[in-house]
Amino acid sequence: MIRALFGASDFRRKLKSDIMISLTALATLIALVPLFLVLGYLLTKGVASLNLNFFTQIPKPVGEQGGGMANAIVGTFELVGMACAIGVPVGIGAGLYVAEHPAHATARAIRFAADIMLGVPSIVVGIFAYAIVVRPMHGFSALAGSFALAIIMIPLVTRTTEEMIKLVPGELREAALALGAPRWRTSLSVVMRTAMTGIATGVILAIARIAGETAPLLFTAFGNQYWSTSVTQPIASLTVQVYTFAISPFADWQRQAWAGALVLTCIVLTLEIGVRWVTRGAARVPR
Amino acid sequence: MAEKLVCRSLNAWFNHGQTHALKDVNLGVGAKLVTAIIGPSGCGKSTLVRCLNRMHEEVPGTTITGEVLLDNENIYAPGLDPVRVRRRIGMVFQKPTPFPTMSIVENVAAGLRLNSANLSRAERDEVVERSLQQAALWEEVKDRLNAPGISLSGGQQQRLCVARALAVEPEVLLMDEPCSALDPISTARIEELLLELKESYTIVIVTHNMQQAARTSDFTAFMYNGNLVEFGDTKQVFTNPSRPETEDYITGRFG
Repeated sequence: MIRALFGASDFRRKLKSDIMISLTALATLIALVPLFLVLGYLLTKGVASLNLNFFTQIPKPVGEQGGGMANAIVGTFELVGMACAIGVPVGIGAGLYVAEHPAHATARAIRFAADIMLGVPSIVVGIFAYAIVVRPMHGFSALAGSFALAIIMIPLVTRTTEEMIKLVPGELREAALALGAPRWRTSLSVVMRTAMTGIATGVILAIARIAGETAPLLFTAFGNQYWSTSVTQPIASLTVQVYTFAISPFADWQRQAWAGALVLTCIVLTLEIGVRWVTRGAARVPR
Repeated sequence: MAEKLVCRSLNAWFNHGQTHALKDVNLGVGAKLVTAIIGPSGCGKSTLVRCLNRMHEEVPGTTITGEVLLDNENIYAPGLDPVRVRRRIGMVFQKPTPFPTMSIVENVAAGLRLNSANLSRAERDEVVERSLQQAALWEEVKDRLNAPGISLSGGQQQRLCVARALAVEPEVLLMDEPCSALDPISTARIEELLLELKESYTIVIVTHNMQQAARTSDFTAFMYNGNLVEFGDTKQVFTNPSRPETEDYITGRFG
């Protein structure tokens, strides 16, 4: 009697389990197919259009074959670099403040603002930068683009910094204070240093995120068909260049758009893999 | 008995005055002696030691009244920076807390570096060796001083924390259940260490382990429910306690 009952429930339970496993496996497959399609399509289309000129030349005028996106590659690095110069110190500083004064009204306001900012569409950030920087400066500029990217970056860095600092055990802070360390030294040399791997990870992920942004650059950095590294002039970026070339009616430009998309994807992928490598190292040798 | 630390009418609260953790504690800690604080969980032993180097106030919502005199100076005097107090009164916690980003050397020298002391490399190495020797850890780690502090075993980590506390040359060493996370062998090492350290330091140790208090201390304080119930010579407290609560506790009738 008892054995028979066991047998019956065993069978049904295993059947249910198998059905659920099949369903989740199917869902995983459905989620992965587009990813591989995108990567595969990008590779086949992009690699064919990649050559040395792509990395060394600026775009040729309409009608002429060849040319490259050297100015856009440099422009993306300049925009992201300047955005980091603004966004990383502000983001880490705000995150440290919020983590160290969790109950403070200011800290609660910052955390709330950062959460809202994370959900603001990037085009809105672009409009904001247009009103705040482009209008007063009477023109599109690399500075305006970096400002927009920095605004997207700050809440990301703030929240990861806060989360990483909160992971540092309170005992470490107390141990440092008990040694007679002043509060600021405790925060910087013990708490921040312990959280550094996590904070660096957050910063790299934020960089990967802003490197792929197009919308906030459209009417801030604007784009440029020529060489320019001036912060007060419009500057080319991979994303805007890809956008411009992709919607153009010229076959050669469309090919180059594929190449640009591939290069951009490789940059972002390198950053993401870099993060994995950094955090893996941290898990192995916790220093 | 020369008194190094004296508590006068010490009261402490948690939760914005809702929890009265220490009730009018008066206690004198003898210089270069080991004073043990025993009592059941939640009786206020940890709060008492944490009041002795102003760590209690690091918890939000706490308040303190009364005085703690270090060499007749009130460490709660208005305007006195707790940082100055903690440099003279070191502390070792229940869980070993080496700084995870620092090597063994850096951990020992951390107190000096965090206090912005400007030491030459030779001076630093001298302090590190002296402190590790005092903490009876030198022989075990002298060949791998640059290994991460957290690569050591639990007992070694705790001795590393003792070395770290000693490196800043405090006058008093507070130990809050320093052995409760350690195995019996590591515990024995720490107890041996206590007897060596009291040659040069005044030591206050909180412990759940009554045998440990009996073995290592010269004076014992028994706390119950935030009150200091009994304080006296260790031998007398354990063999002939004057209060019935103390006797009940040490004979295992409660707690």
